[in-house]
Amino acid sequence: MNILRYLIKKLLRLILLLFTISVLSFTLVSLSPIDPVQAYVGAEMMRIGPEQRQRIAERWGLNDPPVVRYMRWLSSLMRGDLGTSAIYNQPVSQVIRQRFFTSLGLMGTAWVLSGVLGFLLGVLSGARAGSWVDQIIRFYAYLLASTPAFWLALLLLIVFAVFLKWAPVCCATPPGVLPEQVTFAQRLHHLVLPALTLSIIGIANITLHTRQKLITILNSDYILFARAQGENLFGLIWHHGLRNIALPAITLQFASISELFGGSVLAEQVFAYPGLGQATVQAGLRSDVPLLLGIVLFSTLFVFTGNALADILYHLIDPRIRLGVES
Amino acid sequence: MNLEVSRSSTLWSRVGLARQRVFDRRRQTLFLIVFCVLCLGVILTGSARAAVANQTNLSERNQAPSWAHPFGTDWLGRDMLLRTWSGLSLSLQVGFLAALFSSLIGLLIGLTAATLGGAVDAFFSWWIDVFLSLPHMVVLILLAFVSGGGLNGVVISVALTHWPSLARVIRAEVYQVRSADYVQLSAKLGRSSFWVARHHILPHIWPQFLVGLILLFPHAILHEAGITFIGIGLSPHQPAIGIILAESMRHLSTGYWWLAVLPGAALLVMVKLFDILGENGRALLDPRTAQE
Repeated sequence: MNILRYLIKKLLRLILLLFTISVLSFTLVSLSPIDPVQAYVGAEMMRIGPEQRQRIAERWGLNDPPVVRYMRWLSSLMRGDLGTSAIYNQPVSQVIRQRFFTSLGLMGTAWVLSGVLGFLLGVLSGARAGSWVDQIIRFYAYLLASTPAFWLALLLLIVFAVFLKWAPVCCATPPGVLPEQVTFAQRLHHLVLPALTLSIIGIANITLHTRQKLITILNSDYILFARAQGENLFGLIWHHGLRNIALPAITLQFASISELFGGSVLAEQVFAYPGLGQATVQAGLRSDVPLLLGIVLFSTLFVFTGNALADILYHLIDPRIRLGVES
Repeated sequence: MNLEVSRSSTLWSRVGLARQRVFDRRRQTLFLIVFCVLCLGVILTGSARAAVANQTNLSERNQAPSWAHPFGTDWLGRDMLLRTWSGLSLSLQVGFLAALFSSLIGLLIGLTAATLGGAVDAFFSWWIDVFLSLPHMVVLILLAFVSGGGLNGVVISVALTHWPSLARVIRAEVYQVRSADYVQLSAKLGRSSFWVARHHILPHIWPQFLVGLILLFPHAILHEAGITFIGIGLSPHQPAIGIILAESMRHLSTGYWWLAVLPGAALLVMVKLFDILGENGRALLDPRTAQE
């Protein structure tokens, strides 16, 4: 089976990738000038003497050579143990799981919204290339392509939360309400602004690409022929355009997952949304090395899965391309 | 397009068209020069005003934009226009430093991979893939954390994350030039590989490199602003644009919108200007579009 061979190849590649990144990030962290004991002790600095520091270092095995430490970390990684997060006082895998599901709602909504809207805007602007609609859409996409995500988040916060008071200022749930009592509507209410931020940012790229692609297709010979047969613009796009522009759009949208993840780090920071992005920032700011390393590996896995899905989908949709080696 | 040209194909209208093109190019070039001068102006004067920008004036706190203070004043009575200005200049310098390092890394790796080929090429290509498969923001945070934060942390992390795309472009370019007939011939005529690299490959790579450097700017500046905004980059004593926006976030609920809106808009304008500069430069330097 071709698809099986393809999946095995992808899996091997993923393992190699994760291994490289684990070596790379471990090397970086152990080269870092930050003393992990000092970072752990933090504010309690005055109350902890040198002997106790020595004991912490021994307990963590910090006196061993880096290779030994790496092997130890790797072997516990294999068993699914990512260590314990110092700032959340929980196993790293548990922190990542919880936070990821919070983020997933946010990123998923934004991903679908930006994909659908971006595609529609791209089709609209490509079909009416040169018109004022096209000009407006292009200007919008052009401007948004280099808008900082956190600034857009601030703008939305100012307009919708501070002045209009339509949306809450922060967090994923209303303050002072037990997690069990939060309703779906409340969750949605808190999700709107961060998801909107990520969608608006994500639209630009896919719109511009879809527009370009549609213009190329509308200038092709078979469209000219269809036009000569009396097909109108809607029919042209519906019967001939969509199939051809859907594929690049899908690939692009899956490839944008990496950007989406980066955007969610910034958006979650502005809206104090307790997702994985915020945990990343906290891990970096408060020197939680196990959590940071865990997130690096996890985000790699996440982005890789996105790209692999795009590949598989591509092959499923387009009959001309088959997985693996055909010839 | 084609129709118009063939309809007006008399000699004079062709001359007219050519003249129009020359003016277009001249206008573009002029635009580029004016822009560069403007940018340098911002860099030079902005840092000089850092001391003035940090002066507090408690009698003029939290003022909305007016003629005296076009960007308003903050909670310590500092003029936001001056603060934005000095912040932008700091961000620009950091961005420039980071983009320069990053493009040099990209150039070096691209050249090495393509010239040595084989295992070396496979090795570097793998690293390019590894870097491209990690989310930018996560690597930025990791690198900034590892290098201990601060100015060095920002420059190192931005420099180390932006080289792969440029390295890939340069690698492809070198491969293309190396297989060209005149380069093959030159080698057959007994030129050393160093001579070939210096006289045939480098001149070909140079424009690509320059444009790549300019197009790295917007990314470098945006990412610098991003990690500074989340607090891993510069300290509040170095008010780069990210710091200014992060500080303004704490005063948003009071309705002082100008603290965030205007500095961010200024950042967007600066980034967009670099984008335009890069795209125009590419159009001029690329032989396929240079005559348009």
